[in-house]
Amino acid sequence: MNFAITEMMETIRMVQMENLDIRTVTMGINLRDCADSDFEKMNQKVFDKITTYAKDLKEVVEKTEKEFGIPIINKRISVTPIAEILGSATKEQAVELAKTLDRAAKTLGIDFLGGYSALVHKGISKGEQTLLDALPEALSVTERVCGSVSVGSTRAGINMDAVRQMGTIIKEAAEMTKDQNGMACAKLVVFCNPVEDNPFMAGAFHGTGEGEAVINVGVSGPGVVLSALKRYPDADLGEVADIIKKTAFKITRAGELIGRVVAERLNVPFGIMDLSLAPTNAMNDSVAEILEEIGLERVGTHGTIAALALMNDAVKKGGAMASSYVGGLSGAFIPVSEDNGMIRGIIDNALTLSKLEAMTCVCSVGLDMIALTGDVSPATISAIIADEAAIGMINKKTTAVRVIPVPGKKEGDIVEFGGLLGRAPVIGVNPFNSDKMIQRGGRIPAPLQSLIN
Amino acid sequence: MNQKRAIVSVIGKDQVGIIAKVTTLLAEQNVNILDISQTILQDFFTMMMLVDVTNFDNLESLQQQLSELGKSLGLTINIQREEIFQAMHRV
Repeated sequence: MNFAITEMMETIRMVQMENLDIRTVTMGINLRDCADSDFEKMNQKVFDKITTYAKDLKEVVEKTEKEFGIPIINKRISVTPIAEILGSATKEQAVELAKTLDRAAKTLGIDFLGGYSALVHKGISKGEQTLLDALPEALSVTERVCGSVSVGSTRAGINMDAVRQMGTIIKEAAEMTKDQNGMACAKLVVFCNPVEDNPFMAGAFHGTGEGEAVINVGVSGPGVVLSALKRYPDADLGEVADIIKKTAFKITRAGELIGRVVAERLNVPFGIMDLSLAPTNAMNDSVAEILEEIGLERVGTHGTIAALALMNDAVKKGGAMASSYVGGLSGAFIPVSEDNGMIRGIIDNALTLSKLEAMTCVCSVGLDMIALTGDVSPATISAIIADEAAIGMINKKTTAVRVIPVPGKKEGDIVEFGGLLGRAPVIGVNPFNSDKMIQRGGRIPAPLQSLIN
Repeated sequence: MNQKRAIVSVIGKDQVGIIAKVTTLLAEQNVNILDISQTILQDFFTMMMLVDVTNFDNLESLQQQLSELGKSLGLTINIQREEIFQAMHRV
């Protein structure tokens, strides 16, 4: 036989006891050819195209999952940033299109559809402004549609006019869904340097450089890394990195295989593997707990950034060798509400908003799924976004903000979002305002690419 | 046509007749066994079988029957395509 029994046992243990899963199979679909000056026609074309291209997605994914014995948690779709096809549509029509996307997602039985998006890191076009105006309502009246907005990039700088608008949009979206704890905000990400092939929500969209349709895959597996580390309590940090690397390799290989099989069966090209370690609220499926296993009493204490940097880099090294095409965000996600260790860190006051910001300098993405007090001002949210965008712009990496100012909630309250989105302790913000800076507007110039210190 | 192979894994408390029952089920379903390896790991009976599933469009009904047999014997029985082990453990 080709394998040893211990190897077979390892795979089975990873799946059955350590929550190894493929987090998402995301089909990217180009909608540019659906643009039409007649809105009704465009609306119909969008629905028809998505439901035709992805009609077998759910079935094929479910069959593959059973055949290989590896769970695939989410089936998703990402589309061309909707702002690019809106043209001269009105705000009401833009909301109508969001409903159409929602209907398509429900018809197909997929979990989320991303791409209700606008890329405005340098300037805002007419269609993009329409989308921004429609965002709060569009995300409130739909269930499965996710939106994202790019407000900055290393090459363009930061569009502070867009950043200012985002503060207001996030507040409005929260207010419109106040009976669901501001749920609409959980489906909205503000990016700096977004990637075009990200399979993870809420920030997935099918970028300009992408083809007609593509399959992108995101793996998960913090639980697997955690239990691998637990077997070596006395390893030094070089060995720790090596253990993480080897584990990431195995996880990624499983993901790549599944991705390729699904792509082949759907007759769609395989795009990329996203190597991100994405936590869930399941027992021991936490990124924070990996950091604690490395040797922190609580995530957020001194040493957190170093441990995270080590882990993030090791995951990439292992994954990069395992897959022919790595892309997406590839790193470690640290969404607060979806990670039991992160939640505990905040409840115990070990982890603060400032430390979370610092952590985003060395891992993928940024301030993710963080509940803020309900009375936080739009300008403060804009300022939080600006800080995070600056980190991304200067460090040439993707950063993002997905915060939920939960209406009526105070610091220390716990908010339930349900399902994969989890629950989060509400965090307070700095009491001093940033109004003047946000009011100024304009564009923060793109940074120098040399003299880098 | 290429051969399609899967691995049947059986894990649980050792008892009389495990191999007999599992192989009987596979024979009834016309599944050819290509290789068997079995050991006792930390008091647990552990068996893995390489089987030919070329004639199966999907493994759902096989998995279901194996799960039922496993339940009646207090064992965990899985069937998975061989490629997943290949991918994870061989470069």
